[in-house]
Amino acid sequence: MVDDTIAAIATPFGEGGVGIVRISGPEAIMIAEKVFRPAKRKNWNKEPGYRMFYGHVVDPVSEEVIDEVLLALMRAPHSYTREDVVEISGHGGLVPLRKILKVVLAAGARLAEPGEFTKRAFLNGRLDLAQAEAVIDIIRAQTEDSLRIAVGQLEGKLSRTISAFREELVGVLAYVEAAIDFPEDEVPGAQVEDLVSRLRFLGERCEKLRQEAEAGRVYREGVATAIVGKPNVGKSSLLNALARNNRAIVTDIPGTTRDVIEEVINIRGVPFRILDTAGLRETQDAVEKIGVARAKEEAAGADLVITVLDASSGIRDEDKVALDLVGGRKGIVVINKCDVAACGITEEAVHNYMPGCPVVRTSLLEGWGVEKLEDVMVELVLGGRVRAGRGVLISNIRHQEALERARLHLREAADALENGLPVEMVAIDIREALEAFGNITGDTVSEEILDRIFSDFCIGK
Amino acid sequence: MEYPAGEYDVIVIGAGHAGCEAALASARMGCRTLLLTLNIDYVALMPCNPAVGGPAKGHLIREVDALGGEIGRNSDRAAIQMRVLNTGKGPAVRALRAQTDKRRYQNAMRQVIEREPLIDLKQALVERILVKGEAVKGVVTQTGARFLARAVVITTGTYLRGRIIIGDVSYDGAPNGQFPAVSLAHSFRDLGFEMGRFKTGTPARVDRRSIDFTKMEPQPGDPVPHRFSYTSPVREITQVPCWLTYTNEKTHAIIRENLHRSPLYSGVIKGTGPRYCPSIEDKVVRFADRDRHQVFIEPEGLDTMEMYVQGMSTSLPEDVQVAMLRTLPGLEKVEIVRAGYAIEYDYVVPTQLRHTLETKAIKGLYLAGQLNGTSGYEEAAAQGIVAGINAALLVKERDPLVIDRGEGYIGVLIDDLVTKGTSEPYRMFTSRAEYRLLLRHDNADLRLTEKGFQVGLIDGKRYEEFERKRAMVEEEKERLRRVKVPVTSEVQDLLRRKGTSELKQPCSAADLLKRPEIKYEDLIGIVPPAGDLMPEVMVEVENQIRYEGYIKKQETQVHRFRNLEKKRLPEDLDYSKIKGLRKEAVQKLRAIRPVSVGQAARISGVSPADISILLVYLERLSRAREVGSDDVGEGTAPGHT
Ligand SMILES: Cc1cc2nc3c(=O)[nH]c(=O)nc-3n(C[C@H](O)[C@H](O)[C@H](O)COP(=O)(O)OP(=O)(O)OC[C@H]3O[C@@H](n4cnc5c(N)ncnc54)[C@H](O)[C@@H]3O)c2cc1C
Repeated sequence: MVDDTIAAIATPFGEGGVGIVRISGPEAIMIAEKVFRPAKRKNWNKEPGYRMFYGHVVDPVSEEVIDEVLLALMRAPHSYTREDVVEISGHGGLVPLRKILKVVLAAGARLAEPGEFTKRAFLNGRLDLAQAEAVIDIIRAQTEDSLRIAVGQLEGKLSRTISAFREELVGVLAYVEAAIDFPEDEVPGAQVEDLVSRLRFLGERCEKLRQEAEAGRVYREGVATAIVGKPNVGKSSLLNALARNNRAIVTDIPGTTRDVIEEVINIRGVPFRILDTAGLRETQDAVEKIGVARAKEEAAGADLVITVLDASSGIRDEDKVALDLVGGRKGIVVINKCDVAACGITEEAVHNYMPGCPVVRTSLLEGWGVEKLEDVMVELVLGGRVRAGRGVLISNIRHQEALERARLHLREAADALENGLPVEMVAIDIREALEAFGNITGDTVSEEILDRIFSDFCIGK
Repeated sequence: MEYPAGEYDVIVIGAGHAGCEAALASARMGCRTLLLTLNIDYVALMPCNPAVGGPAKGHLIREVDALGGEIGRNSDRAAIQMRVLNTGKGPAVRALRAQTDKRRYQNAMRQVIEREPLIDLKQALVERILVKGEAVKGVVTQTGARFLARAVVITTGTYLRGRIIIGDVSYDGAPNGQFPAVSLAHSFRDLGFEMGRFKTGTPARVDRRSIDFTKMEPQPGDPVPHRFSYTSPVREITQVPCWLTYTNEKTHAIIRENLHRSPLYSGVIKGTGPRYCPSIEDKVVRFADRDRHQVFIEPEGLDTMEMYVQGMSTSLPEDVQVAMLRTLPGLEKVEIVRAGYAIEYDYVVPTQLRHTLETKAIKGLYLAGQLNGTSGYEEAAAQGIVAGINAALLVKERDPLVIDRGEGYIGVLIDDLVTKGTSEPYRMFTSRAEYRLLLRHDNADLRLTEKGFQVGLIDGKRYEEFERKRAMVEEEKERLRRVKVPVTSEVQDLLRRKGTSELKQPCSAADLLKRPEIKYEDLIGIVPPAGDLMPEVMVEVENQIRYEGYIKKQETQVHRFRNLEKKRLPEDLDYSKIKGLRKEAVQKLRAIRPVSVGQAARISGVSPADISILLVYLERLSRAREVGSDDVGEGTAPGHT
């Protein structure tokens, strides 16, 4: 736990552009060697102390160049964590940064837990006592966030799938273990070919799921959220208020025809990706028609649509267009400018039009109502009412890493079985694959296997 | 009337499988030891199966043997059949199993005990534990004898408030017509111990003369001699067979018709029974689609007509037992000698113990065996020796002995008990050991002889032999790594015959041994060792080289595990004052009081985030101490560690 090598993207939220992948631990340098191709100093890894090197990060498998980077070498104890640390700064934005992290993890690092660098820094005597408090807060807050997300995910398609994988694998392991611990009982003879094909099939499904998740992730991180409404209703003020209250990270998304700007806002641990924020900010000079057209386009691609109405003007025809887009299915209606008018729109009026749709009153001018809106947003996601397009929440890098780990161990287990290695060796890899699934579903192994043996097989003398 | 009856260093109560090991360990370490038991004709009684060993249990026997215990040697003495199980699987789960002559087992153990100069064996029913302040003082028997000692080890098995149930008949009792220990159960309660109630059962014994063996399949032992202990002489034993037969629809029909008379289903039995040891009525109900269940007929000994009917454990009424047994092929005319029965008994919730098996509440009081919620002779023996050793170490004011999860099944067993407790009678399985590949049956001596020597249970001669073996293993491994296998036609022939690819260039003998098709014997012809190697050495070398990759993997895991074990938690830590810990974690940590962060992590209900917080807290604590202040801001600074 404390003596392995960890890595994560260490760019503070809200800072776009340059990002850092930080690697810390006894194998940090060895891992960096595998992925870093220096421009000049070939033996950079022999350098003492604190140095910077220029070069490229390359995927060691495909030899593909991922990004042009600066690599900072900080030998223990002259680093943030007092361990050997390598920091790789790319400048290609979030997408290549994630790729860098991916190859670093593939090269042997473990993805850091929330707050783990800080924790290590403290445990290694780097931070002072006063900061211990902060460390505890980070650990607690971040795990609570991820717990809540995990709970929300329990409803999600992807985690249901992973639970099913896990169940299947527990069944395989129970089979193997029953034969080991009860050699004289009538455990139906575990056929090698049958076990191998079950393991391989499961491995393939992991890979497919990972690819799906990845496809769903690269350009879509967070709950895709559209803010729609007629011009001057307060869309951009709403965006600004949300961004101000929460950790926000601006990213540029290449590969689309327009250079769209998106903003990911982290509300109580749930990331919301606000669609086309550039468009939102242009409302001043927007032509009304474009507004409607854009709203249509976005609402179609969004997981969550926030329709903003103007309390002072009642529900007009163009509002109805916006409301139609939502159809009540995945929407929240915000009645803004409740300060100006004695509220010309009642909840009933909205519900007449869209039964069951949550309604939030705000005054962005006076600065109230936004927190309530955030509550509703988070609730909709965690409550499972808003389903992020392709299992967005789950498709974060931690889960991909776990799936990848599971796949590798499943393959090793199947190979070992085929090569005639004894079952107890095979069980080692099956257990590791189970542990990887457990990282997503939060389950641990132990007693469960015995439970399964006793329920599946008639055992005992 | 109470009277002073004597003073000892260590008193052991109960001469079952735990008690015998505890008393022998204590006496052999030089402590004057009193062994009190209900009935001295029943020393080391096997109230159930006439067999020891098998996966995980055989491992435990080898480990107890490596520490200098008796169960291995005594099983070798009493064995009437031996087999290695799991031969089709790998080296980690292969294990020896012996059928024993129960009477011979008891007599042999009693002899060993009676010949041990520092043990006094006496018959007595112990009724009360004497405690002064927070330390144990001694015990009082039913007849008023008051014995005093520095340490007391209690190993009373299934006897505490024992209740026997056979169908609609039930009475207070203990195995083999003995009486239960009622007052002692109350003494535990009076001392504030939390108790639970478990249940276990045993099948009927039948008369050999009433069985038609021609209708059953014989189950012979292995033709080659085996032994649990490397110190036992290698001897050819009379391999008495067991016999296999099956239940059928008629059997199941009788059971179903009489379910309403089963105390399991009528609610008479309240204690929790073991799932791995279900009664036949349980099997028939739960696996209704099975048309038969296997039943082994095993000899109880050489000098008796009694046979054990394995697989038919039951608490159905006696008339039903007769009827159902007579439906089995070969048992049509069977006569029951003793009826099967279930027994309910009190156990002490084992999370009240330390890893040394000393109770947390009372210094010098150690508990071992089925009393701690386990089941099985081997599990009892394993705890017995650990409790006995630690009682003796306490008397001698030496550091305690703890075996960790990476060193042996004994460690897994005890750590599970004291960390997680148990919700059914706990039996050892290999799947409970996370470092199973390192904890092999074949290397138990390599893992634990050193410890046995350090505490003084392994004598100089045995230790020397052990060191010689260890050195031989290392030398031979080294040699195989060094020596090159030449590319000769003889070698290529051999490889082809074994169904593996031919050599393109010379390779080390070790590399060749890593091929699944190649065995150590195959190498002897090509690259012969300098002298004759003991078979145990060859097995060891082969396993260590062949599975090197996996072994390394597990060694890294053990290394990680030990790092967290090294982070000690002060015993009097006030968890409620540690900011950031969740309520549930605080409750669990207060109840278990783990000794290390590693142990804390194994408590269910303590999350990885809680562990991080504990680590941060410990770091604060140690820094605060460094600067000489005991104001940590929160929590209490421990007075000692
Ligand atoms: C009916 C039955 C069925 C079983 N079935 C199985 C099974 O299927 N599989 C399995 O693995 N194990 C089984 N066991 C368990 C196995 O027999 C025990 O786990 C093992 O014997 C426990 O060893 P022990 O040393 O803890 O206790 P025991 O061997 O029971 O020894 C306890 C000793 O303490 C003595 N004693 C008790 N109270 C007092 C007192 N107050 N004063 C003095 N002496 C006292 C007794 O006389 C006895 O000698 C069964 C046991 C029983 C009784």
